[in-house]
Amino acid sequence: MPPTIAVDHLWKVFGPKADKVVGTPLADLPRAELRAQTGCLAAVRDVSFAVEPGEVFVVMGLSGSGKSTLVRCLTRLIEPTSGEVHIDGEAVRAMNPKRLRELRRHGVAMVFQHFGLLPHRQVVDNIAYGLEIQGVGKAERHRRAAEVLTLVGLDGHEHQYPDQLSGGMQQRVGLARALATDPAVLLFDEPFSALDPLIRRDMQAEVRRLHAEVGKTLVFITHDLAEALSLGDRIAVMRDGALVQVGTPEELVGAPADDYVADFVREVPRADVLSLRWITRDAAPDEVLEDQPLPAGTVIRDTIERVLRARHPIPVVDGDERIGVVDAEQLLPALTGHRPPVPA
Amino acid sequence: MSTAVTDVTVPAEAVDPAPDPAAPGPRRKLPGRRTLILLLVLATAAVYLVVRTSAPADDDNPWAFRFFSGVRDWVDANRDTSPLFLYGFNYLRLGVSLLVDTVHGALYGLGWAGLVAAAGALAAVVAGWRIALLAVAGFLSFGVLGLWEESVDTLVLTLSAVLLAVLIGVPLGVLAARVPAVGAVLRPVLDVMQIMPTFAYLAPMTLLFLIGSPAATIATLIYAIPPAIRITALGITEVPKSTVEAATALGSTRWQLLGKVRLPLARPTIVLAVNQAIMMALSMVVITALIDAPGLGQTIVQALERVNVGAAFDAGLAIVVLAVVLDRITTHAAHRAAPTTHRSVRLRLAGPVVAVVAVVAATVLGRMSSWGAEFPAAWRASFAVGVNEATRWVEFHWYDATEALKNVVSAGLLDPIETVLTTTPWWLFLVVVLIFGALSSGPRAAVIAGLAVAGLVGLGLWQHAMQTLATVLVATVATMAFGIVFGVLGARHDRFALVMRPVLDAAQTMPSFVYLLPAVALFGASRFTAIVAAVIYAVPPVVRLVERGVRDVPATVVEAAVSSGSTPRQLLWKVQLPMARRGLLLAANQGIVMVLAMVVVGGLVGAGALGYDVVAGFAQREDFGKGLAAGFAIVLLGVLLDRLTQGAGRRADDNRLRRPAT
Ligand SMILES: Nc1ncnc2c1ncn2[C@@H]1O[C@H](COP(=O)(O)OP(=O)(O)OP(=O)(O)O)[C@@H](O)[C@H]1O
Ligand SMILES: [Mg+2]
Repeated sequence: MPPTIAVDHLWKVFGPKADKVVGTPLADLPRAELRAQTGCLAAVRDVSFAVEPGEVFVVMGLSGSGKSTLVRCLTRLIEPTSGEVHIDGEAVRAMNPKRLRELRRHGVAMVFQHFGLLPHRQVVDNIAYGLEIQGVGKAERHRRAAEVLTLVGLDGHEHQYPDQLSGGMQQRVGLARALATDPAVLLFDEPFSALDPLIRRDMQAEVRRLHAEVGKTLVFITHDLAEALSLGDRIAVMRDGALVQVGTPEELVGAPADDYVADFVREVPRADVLSLRWITRDAAPDEVLEDQPLPAGTVIRDTIERVLRARHPIPVVDGDERIGVVDAEQLLPALTGHRPPVPA
Repeated sequence: MSTAVTDVTVPAEAVDPAPDPAAPGPRRKLPGRRTLILLLVLATAAVYLVVRTSAPADDDNPWAFRFFSGVRDWVDANRDTSPLFLYGFNYLRLGVSLLVDTVHGALYGLGWAGLVAAAGALAAVVAGWRIALLAVAGFLSFGVLGLWEESVDTLVLTLSAVLLAVLIGVPLGVLAARVPAVGAVLRPVLDVMQIMPTFAYLAPMTLLFLIGSPAATIATLIYAIPPAIRITALGITEVPKSTVEAATALGSTRWQLLGKVRLPLARPTIVLAVNQAIMMALSMVVITALIDAPGLGQTIVQALERVNVGAAFDAGLAIVVLAVVLDRITTHAAHRAAPTTHRSVRLRLAGPVVAVVAVVAATVLGRMSSWGAEFPAAWRASFAVGVNEATRWVEFHWYDATEALKNVVSAGLLDPIETVLTTTPWWLFLVVVLIFGALSSGPRAAVIAGLAVAGLVGLGLWQHAMQTLATVLVATVATMAFGIVFGVLGARHDRFALVMRPVLDAAQTMPSFVYLLPAVALFGASRFTAIVAAVIYAVPPVVRLVERGVRDVPATVVEAAVSSGSTPRQLLWKVQLPMARRGLLLAANQGIVMVLAMVVVGGLVGAGALGYDVVAGFAQREDFGKGLAAGFAIVLLGVLLDRLTQGAGRRADDNRLRRPAT
């Protein structure tokens, strides 16, 4: 099966001579220098990645790193400068306007940081908007809107107007609107950064629940590391328009590709994210070991009690193969935040 | 596409095709507003069919006309004996007359060379050398067009009126901003003044001040003062609170606050107020030709009476040039007046000194030399012949097309509407205004509109008012249609907006009279001509408001709609236009008021009805009462239309908040 989204050497350059940058030596300049020389801004620089069906793919980075631009290039809300995007194997940049609209109507929906609700329409008609422009009849689209309304927990609010709802509820409407057309892919551009922390946590739980229930492919933009770690199957870290690392939360925390990523993950409680795999050592030749091994994929925090109570080091196995042992000495640096050795 | 989100995770064979019984179906709504309005419209139509009358002519000499004629006779008899005139209006007239004579003497005393130099020098000092060049070229063009004296006369009246408007308006504006009671009293007065069509001011002025320059100056003053007050008040209220607070904390007195903080910070806005006053004054001064004020307006009125488009064109051009020069000087002065602009003291003093020297030199040279007495005839040039030829060509070649357009609109739209309106009994009209006014704008506005209707009846000009109303309605529909099309185009295509903007700018600096010219050139003298002029006059601001409304739709909402796969047309109809609704209603309100003003002026070129009554009132003594009554009728019509549409704009906002949430 092809990946749901495949991005290949994607560039987006803003500015007067945007199309004269890619493929020339200018493209290799750092962002600031390019800007000083040409007045052009490379918002997305040579980005490639693939998102598998059903995956939650998080894009993370500081403000201005190009996340929003990247995600808008996927459905050409912003026209890419060069490179290619495939969705379900189909080249997006080759689509004519009609086909592109089809993709936006049925294939890919988006949830926005500032909601983008229509203030002159009731909640139910906001949600049904996508169906309405496809020509779905009123009865049918309202039935469908009521369904997704239930799904996002907004029963009873269908005849209110957006400005009568709290921010969290408005974003639920935004979410429902995206779900109403039953797209295979949902794009989220910092959907919860305008909400206060408690509601944000609620909404994250909501997204996790929905993902479990409806099994869509999600691309989720955020600059909040906790959000990224809690939602993402894989996380891409962007800096100045380029991807610096793509990996699972564990890989990011365990093996940051550079100081930028390391800086990002410095505050993360390592024992909560890393598995035993990252802290095993080889057993000494004649060492006495516990009988019962631990699987290598177990998160460190869940093994604390057993390791500390054990009289001998515990073997760690990956399937049938023993990859090493752990004891309290291995555990402590992970708990206190010392940088662990990079696994071989 | 599957029918429900939840289906996606369920194996295909487990999908239950029956809709979820718990999902609420579409709710049945109670018969809504829309149904109610439809029923009311049907009922109105039915009642109309039963009670319509056969359009009787208005009473020839109703009570109101006799009353106004009586007033006039009384004034004429007592002008030199009644204390009201002896110590009031007559002194006012003398004072204004003195002012006008002084300005007149000053401008003519400079001689043409001196005046051109003075315009250039003033522009150079307050607005920079580019504008100075424009001013010199502009003033020279008055002489070149052979309209030197007429132009200077117009300038004299404009400057006199603006001088008074600023002297009275700026302090009033400050007061209105600082004393809430004054503001509260002034606001409704200004509201009414701003919807009064120019024509309505004229007759009362002649009654109080006779005809001629003083009456013209005072009419112009009244017309130009509302923006001076409004914008000044705005400038004062907009001074940042924090700055005022800081100055207060340092111990400033109220007067110090005003003189050292508020006024200096509001200076650019006050210059803008002057700019607006000048533009309004100029457009009014031209119209006061109807009450015998000298100047370019006279040239146009006389040319229009003879349907000599060419002669009117030269004068129209001179007015436009004057408008552009005055506008540029004052807008640039406003920019320069910003408190952040700093220039060195030496430069600040040197400019005026050089300017004064230049003006004196030009004046003296002009006085001494033979060519300085009168603008050299050798430099004359006129477009009259060319324009007349072009007009004749158009008449000859486009006659069928223009005539067809005129006839189709007249027969297909204007006549039916006029017939319906004139055959509706006034009481039915009143009931309709009350009911629909209450529905669209609330009971308060409906009552005011109803009173206006009653006033029209009382004035004995019902038929004429309805004829004018029919013309206004047709012109408004056309104005809105053009305005929305161009406004939407401008909002959606930056390049189009870029081309359109200077055209709109130019259109909005032109005095209303000028718009009659192309209309007359194309369509001769008729009701339709007035409609065309009104549309040309009112479209620019409507385009502006529509464009702003559509552009103000938040980008985030537009993006969300596009990302759902909206076509450009769906985006326009389902998102941009509904969200711009307030802007559209505001545009309709502005448009209708401007259309009324122009349709009335169209009385000069064959539009008949109220506008003609006003003009005739100046021309024939025995029609004075009718003319004055027509002036009031125009005001009442303006109030009626304004209340009905302005309320609708306001309601568009809170309507939906007021609807109970279910
Ligand atoms: N239309 C545009 N024209 C020019 N530059 C743009 C445009 N849109 C974005 N940029 C620039 O591109 C860069 C990346 O912007 P982008 O909005 O993608 O960042 P982001 O990572 O989403 O930031 P944030 O977290 O603040 O949303 C920024 O420097 C921004 O100024
Ligand atoms: Mg962003």
